[in-house]
Amino acid sequence: MEKDKTALSRRSFLKASILSGGGMMLTVSWLSSFKSADKTEALGLTENWATLNGYIHILPNNQVKLICPNPEFGQNVMTSLPMMLAEELDVDWKNVSVEMGPHDQAKLGAQFTGGSNSVRMYWKPLREAGAAARQMLREAAAQAWNVPAAEVTTKAGILSHPSGKSASYGDMASKAAIIPVPKDLELKVPKDFNIVSKSKKNVEIKKITSGKPLFGLDYSVEGMLIAMIQHPPAFGMKLKSFDAAEALKMPGIIDVFILKLYADDFEQGGFDTRTFNDLLVIVGNSTWEVMKARKKLVAQWEASGDLKDTIAGRGGKREVTIPGALESTTTHMQQMKEYAAKPAQQLRRDGDPEAAFRTADQVIERTYNGPFLAHNCMEPMNFFAHVTDEKALVAGPLQAPGWSEPTLAKLLNLPADKIEIQMTRMGGGFGRRAYGHYLYEAALISRKVKAPVKLMYTREDDMTYGIYRPMYTATYRAALDANKNLIAFHVKGGGIPEHPIHANRFPAGAVENYLAEGWQIASNITIGAFRAPRSNFNAAAEQSFLDEVAEAAGKDPIAFRLELLKRAKEKPVGENNDYDADRYAGVLELVRDKSNWNKPGNEKYNRGVAAYFCHNSYAAHVVDMVTRDGQPYVARVFSAMDCGIVINPNAATNMVQGAVVDGIGNALYGQLTHKDGATQQSNFHNYRMIRMNEAPKSIEVYFVQNEMDPTGLGEPPFPPVFGAVANALYKMKGKRYYNQPFKDEPEKSI
Amino acid sequence: MAKITLNINKKDYPLEADPQMPLLWAIRDLAGLKGTKYGCGMAQCGACVVHLDGAAIRSCVTQVSRAAGKKVVTIEGLSETNSHPVQKAWQEIDVPQCGYCHSGQMMSAAVLLREKPNPTDQDIDDAMAGNICRCGTYLRIREAIHTAAELQKKTGTKG
Repeated sequence: MEKDKTALSRRSFLKASILSGGGMMLTVSWLSSFKSADKTEALGLTENWATLNGYIHILPNNQVKLICPNPEFGQNVMTSLPMMLAEELDVDWKNVSVEMGPHDQAKLGAQFTGGSNSVRMYWKPLREAGAAARQMLREAAAQAWNVPAAEVTTKAGILSHPSGKSASYGDMASKAAIIPVPKDLELKVPKDFNIVSKSKKNVEIKKITSGKPLFGLDYSVEGMLIAMIQHPPAFGMKLKSFDAAEALKMPGIIDVFILKLYADDFEQGGFDTRTFNDLLVIVGNSTWEVMKARKKLVAQWEASGDLKDTIAGRGGKREVTIPGALESTTTHMQQMKEYAAKPAQQLRRDGDPEAAFRTADQVIERTYNGPFLAHNCMEPMNFFAHVTDEKALVAGPLQAPGWSEPTLAKLLNLPADKIEIQMTRMGGGFGRRAYGHYLYEAALISRKVKAPVKLMYTREDDMTYGIYRPMYTATYRAALDANKNLIAFHVKGGGIPEHPIHANRFPAGAVENYLAEGWQIASNITIGAFRAPRSNFNAAAEQSFLDEVAEAAGKDPIAFRLELLKRAKEKPVGENNDYDADRYAGVLELVRDKSNWNKPGNEKYNRGVAAYFCHNSYAAHVVDMVTRDGQPYVARVFSAMDCGIVINPNAATNMVQGAVVDGIGNALYGQLTHKDGATQQSNFHNYRMIRMNEAPKSIEVYFVQNEMDPTGLGEPPFPPVFGAVANALYKMKGKRYYNQPFKDEPEKSI
Repeated sequence: MAKITLNINKKDYPLEADPQMPLLWAIRDLAGLKGTKYGCGMAQCGACVVHLDGAAIRSCVTQVSRAAGKKVVTIEGLSETNSHPVQKAWQEIDVPQCGYCHSGQMMSAAVLLREKPNPTDQDIDDAMAGNICRCGTYLRIREAIHTAAELQKKTGTKG
């Protein structure tokens, strides 16, 4: 069998021990050998993010229990990560059970779900863990049988020797646990995979289909109280006073009080973003009683004025002023126009873009806008907390427990080892649950009322006081020479409160003269990660713009992109281009071939194409749109992905199909607006979500077959959907759509 | 507060509840069955769908008093052994991503399949448009409903 030889990295550490009652437990910890090119800084993660421990439990009955380190929010890591371990361990998948690990960074590493990183960051360490355990089991058998370890083979959890000797892993587990951990390991090559790249079902599927209490909202203990927070009616406001007399008379109501989330000088960590600081809290015995009594609360609100926050996470310690104005979408649009005309921060420059634009035969300039978007996870924000003077137990849906724990320790004045965080299955995340403020709120409420508490946001709370995708705008300019060659490219992007520009992404590197600029407008509307927030705006804007430029150049949109990528590969401009031009071109070629692009048989469809690279994977889609009941309807989609080795093909296809549906929905309907600081959408009756009847009937997903180390799929398939939809709409309507969501209604007076 | 006996999944639950309390909270908080989900509280998303005397209803807007004397079936009672054709099809197709909306999806699908044992795509659109899946698993839900229809024919099990 061919092998990849690997040595455990210098700082690796494995420890084996005998389980009480027999069997073996292998604890593995690594500071994995991630390169600086992995850009951990961009995610705001410290270098420790790659520290990893995995658990393997092998019981005498040959049952294998694997612990999933990363929280599950639908990306299927509870299945895909253990598959990597099981592959190298060489066990029968049927004998494997999986449990979600507790938050324990000393044993399980950073445990961060986000940035499409789970599969990528665990790929090598988890296989090494499996390989190490397998080697120890072989050694144990060799000693027991008095044969050379090299002669002991494994197959699906069974150890064998040519002499006919045979034993199960379970038989040898206790012996293996005292074998020294090997320094040199051999990992399988892809052609020998038995588990990885073979579709495995979601390990929790039967619990889901039978309604088991898996989610944070389902978590319950005896005597648990329910808490809700009455937020100010608008961003830019705060609580002035309240009268709880009527609410307190309602049945089941225990207390109403004001809670200050962060003290004035509190240094916020990387994901401590919160909506409001002074919280009016109502606590009662049950959900319905609190919901009902909450309506009886009388509160006066006032303008908060400018606020100062101290941010100590991502990007170093700094003071940030949050403006106190009551903001409106109409004013935002006006402001963005004004800022777009001002000088901005230069992010990248190649060649002499100004000269190229001056001498161009044709200049195309277009401006694109995108609104705030709400995550709308199906399970609204919630968390359980039971805090006493000595310790805290918190449980619920959370993407970044490692970021939340230090903040919680500071807020509660408890040492980290007195804080237990349990991560439940999340009813969606999309970046929203990286921000742990609702966990802190729950913990502080529990401490105040001295009881176990479930803090619950209603759908209205969740939507109106979110951590939204920012509002973005970008103006693109392209210069063509007399031969219709693209000689200069300029993007100037801005947003509230951050700009969306990734200056080193395509088409940077493919155009001789290139300029990228960014600007931003401060705001009190809270924003954060949203399934590749900048990328999903950029892919809509840039990929529609490239379509328009291709048309002006008289070229097929795919051929035009491939030409640029050829240039980027053969004679790249600049040194710091964030993408691999071959892999980028690869997904375009694959989707071109699979969709029969430009071939007969597709006449009834208006076809739009787009491709994008973000979060280490490549995606391209062809969207086939028709008119149905007078409305645009995406009937069919072809998708091509390059994420290297596909760990779990059926689940990976599910992720891509879901991202396509999500992208169509957000491109056509997604929009959150504000008036005088108040969010104007509050529930699904006025925030439109894509539904069954609006989803395509067919989404064919193809993966580029290669043996590259795997990268993620949570975000990458999502952004280019927007661009492909925009380009299909153009084919259908004969006009371009520059503002998300793409719709014909006149701008409402928002 | 009133005394109300709810029959959920063939079991009687004598409860004390505000008659206006939505059935959803009676099921989740009083009967302690957590499979039925809260998503919107205003009959927009379908996460809370249960069967009331066989009809698919939104438990988040149905007062608990309306359920007295009737038979409530939740996801936990769709079958005793996780083997209703809809459950088996959901397992076979491996439908969910996050999984949160799927109790409601399956409860809606079970009624559809009882009323239309051979649903067309249009039937599925009509019956399932009230159930939002934020992860976008609609294609698999559709496929699973067709699969469940086949299983139902083979086994004769009705939802």
